[in-house]
Order: sequence, then C-alpha cells, then structure tokens
Amino acid sequence: MKVALTGPIRDALGGLASIEIEAETIRELMQRLEDRYPALAPLLDAGIAVAINGEIFRDRWGEVIPRHAEVVLMPRIPGG
Amino acid sequence: MKLVLTREETFRGTGPTCSTSIDIKIGARRDGRITAALATLRYQDGAFPGIWGMLGAMTAWACYDLPNVKSVAYDVLVNRPKVAAYRAPSAPMAAFAVESTVDLVARELGMDPVDFRLLNAAKEGTRASYGPTYGPIGIGPTLEAVKNHPQMKVKLGPNQGRGMACGFWFNFGGQTCSTVNIGVDGTVNVSVGTVDVGGSRASLSLIAAEELGVPYETVKCSVADTASLGHNDTTEGSRGTFSSGMAIIFACRNAVQELRARAAKMMDVPVEDVHWENGQAVALGTQHSNLQPLTLAQIARKSPQTGGPIAGHNEVVADGAGVSFASHICDVEVDPETGQTRVLRYAVIQDAGKAIHPDYVEGQFQGAAAQGIGWALNEEYIYGKDGRLQNPGFLDYRIPVCSDLPFIDTQILEIPNPGHPYGIRGVGETSIVPPLAAIGNAVSNAVGVRMTHVPMSPPRILGAIKAAR
Repeated sequence: MKVALTGPIRDALGGLASIEIEAETIRELMQRLEDRYPALAPLLDAGIAVAINGEIFRDRWGEVIPRHAEVVLMPRIPGG
Repeated sequence: MKLVLTREETFRGTGPTCSTSIDIKIGARRDGRITAALATLRYQDGAFPGIWGMLGAMTAWACYDLPNVKSVAYDVLVNRPKVAAYRAPSAPMAAFAVESTVDLVARELGMDPVDFRLLNAAKEGTRASYGPTYGPIGIGPTLEAVKNHPQMKVKLGPNQGRGMACGFWFNFGGQTCSTVNIGVDGTVNVSVGTVDVGGSRASLSLIAAEELGVPYETVKCSVADTASLGHNDTTEGSRGTFSSGMAIIFACRNAVQELRARAAKMMDVPVEDVHWENGQAVALGTQHSNLQPLTLAQIARKSPQTGGPIAGHNEVVADGAGVSFASHICDVEVDPETGQTRVLRYAVIQDAGKAIHPDYVEGQFQGAAAQGIGWALNEEYIYGKDGRLQNPGFLDYRIPVCSDLPFIDTQILEIPNPGHPYGIRGVGETSIVPPLAAIGNAVSNAVGVRMTHVPMSPPRILGAIKAAR
C-alpha cells in the first residue's frame, strides 16, 4: 500500500513523498518502518502519528488499516 | 521535591511563547482561486530545540484547499529562556501571517475577504496542507456564518475598521480512563483523570446522565489521580471533554450491562429480555407484561442482595479527535493621535462538533479569544540594553482585563466529529488562533496601515500611521 510522508518524516527519507509498504495494522506498519528505514528510528522514538482515511491515530496501534485506505505518516502533535 | 517561583521568576525563567519571523507568498487567479502558497517560518525556541516550527508549518495553510502548497520552517536557538505555549502551539503566529496576506490578496483582487476565503476554503474531501484528507469540517460553515452575522451589518464610524480571520487546531485524545460508581442510594459518582480546565466536570456529568438516563442532579464528577483511577495523559490538546467523555460513555455502557443483569435477577427473567430505557430496566415481551420497570435507584438499593456494588469502567486510547475551525470578526477604533486601539465588537464562530454544555463551550471560545486579543494588542516581553527582562509582572506585562474588552459574542456550530460517539470536537485552543490577524485586518481597515508586527501596541501603530503620512 502507498503511505504518504510529510514534514520531518519526508526529510528523513531524502524527500520521498511516499513509500510502498505492506501492513495490516498500525503496529505492523511501525515495525516494518523500523526494519526497513533505520533513518526513521529517532522519529519513531519521538512518536509518529498515522492518519487513516483522514482520522489521526497517535497511540492506537492495534487499529486495522483497511485495504485501499489513504495512509499518511505525520509528526506526533502535542497540544496546549 | 517542591519548586516555588515568585511571579518575577516565573516571567524570567519559564518562557513566553516563540517570537517568529514569517514570510508568506500567495498566488491567485483573477477569479480569486489561489493557485499556490508558500510559507517560510522562523520560530525562536529559546535555548532548547523543539517542534515549534514544525507545528507552524503544519497549521499555516490548514484552512484552505490549495493545489500547490509548501511550508518551510526553522527552529532557531538563541540564548534566552525556554519557550512555551498555552493554546494551539505555534498556530497563532502562522495564522497572523497567512490571514493578513489573504486579506491583502483579496483586496488586490477587489474581492470581499469573506467571499475570497469561502472560495478557497477546505472542505470534506480536501487534502489538508499537512497531509491527510479531511472528513466533515467546519471552516466553510463558519465563514457562511460570518457573512450572516449581525456584526457585519453594523455601520462603522471614523477611524473604525472591521477585520476577520480564520483559525485551525488539530485537537487530540490520548490515554484515558474513567470509573462510574452507582451508589446504593441511586446517585452516580464519576471519576475522571482529566483536570477541569473550563467546566468539563459539568459536561462529563451531563454525558453520564444521558447514557444512564438519570437526572443530571444525581451525578457527581470528581477529578481523581493516577493512584486511585489509573493512568490518564496530561490534560492538553483540547482533550478533556472529548476523551474523558468517550471513556465515560463506554464506562456507563459497561455499568448498564451490570444494571440489566441485576434487574434480570430481581425480575427473575433472562437478561436478554431486559432493556435499558430512560434510566429504567424494562422487561420486553408479552410474557413479561406484568412486570413493572425498575429504576436505577431501585436496582441500586437492592445491589447488596443481587451481587454487591455496581460500577462500570473503561480504559481507552481516545484517538479520532476531530479538527476544529473558527472564524472571527473584530471591529476596532484606533485613536490616530495615540495609536491606542479599542476593540468595539468581537464575535467568535467555531465548530464544536457537539456542544455538550454550551455555556462552557462559549467560555472556552471567549477565553481563547481574550488571550489572542491580548497577544495582538499588548503582550510582549521588553528587554533592556543589558538583555534583562524589564517587565516581569502583570502590571507592566499587560493582559486584557474585563474593562478592556467588549462582550465577546459567540456562535457555536455543530458539524459532528465521526470519531466520537457524540460527535464532540475539542474546542479550547482554536480560538486563540484568529485574533492576531482579525485585529491586524481591522486596524488596517481603520487607519489604512498594514501592521506586520505584534503586539500592535500604541507606539507601533502610531509609528506606522506617521510613516504612512
């Protein structure tokens, strides 16, 4: 599936706008990112959010990624 | 360990928000459609690196549907105390720059600034400038509401001007848990782990009353702690009502299962035949037509004999927070002799998803707007030639007080958030975002000078007026 990259995540992978990677859950996705892209390690430690069809997930790593979903990796957003 | 700071030490050591320097470029067709937008943002982080620039870059263009958009942000380290934010980190500064420029472009095209924003507003299905595709959102409806707001029809006098601006914030949820205890006297005690920042206990009590079908007056909500309740993330990101509300909904539904089971024992019927309606257990089916419903209080009173205490609890990672948009209208009068700006009228129109307690939602709108107005007109750290802060106290660091502001009118829109059982969106942060630009645009329309530096204090406005003559 296509996973769109934004902000510092995109920068960490040399400006790539998207990658192709297979995962059925957010947990699988994080694991495969860590395995395939060591450059993402600092960002993964700091926290990456995943938007699935527009809904942003920060911690619910058990969330299933539906087939053909729009998947976007974003920085983990804090609040005030 | 306990650390105690004086007011002066708090000012000197705990940080204001970032100072910034932002460049904006917007390209648009003659019909008003924006074709490209570029933001270059520089955020001063103090001595410790953060993500302030990143947040500014993510929020700068969030209100708009842009075919081509780029934001480049820098976090600049300087020899100053750390910085901090109170609401919507980094977004107000970015919005000041973007919304001021949007007004300039609209004027250049001869278009009404509200219509220009409506033409370019993001909507459901728009790919947000920060990445994901939006679901149902409120920026368009807030702009339509601005057009129809009575303040837009008020005639303005000499040296008076009207401005408007839009704002956005993400909101989020986080780790949350809640317990709902049914007392033997029929009262409901709810424990939450989010601090009552702006009346959330009342909203959360309403949610519990709604789920259980009992009077609000029988519900009491307490803020507990990690030792007694369980882990809850810090109360930030406009998450209090959204996330604790979600946990309470599920905790109450958990309690309802137990109430049904107890009622089934009391009625001597299968639990599958017991339904919970309007605060009562009702045995459905003609075979049970002789059975009277049992109220929550009746079931609770018998709980010692039916299985003991009745409670519900829930632990949830409350993701799915919905974004919130706001549009503000501001009328000002500027004294051309002194540069003093008086806010005559101010209106906040914001999407709350679902306003559980409208008065408290209104309070959040007004509080955020008041903070933004203070930021726009007065609040700044002033340093001497020796580099030391000159105004470390509220006498000389002037925040707005009641006599400084008019009544802030509010209009709550409700575009439900599909990520929450009741459609709730966080509301506390978004309305600090528009005021800087709303006031900047109003001052520009009042005295014909474009302010590009906040706060727009009297010396700065007077200087701009004199420079323009």
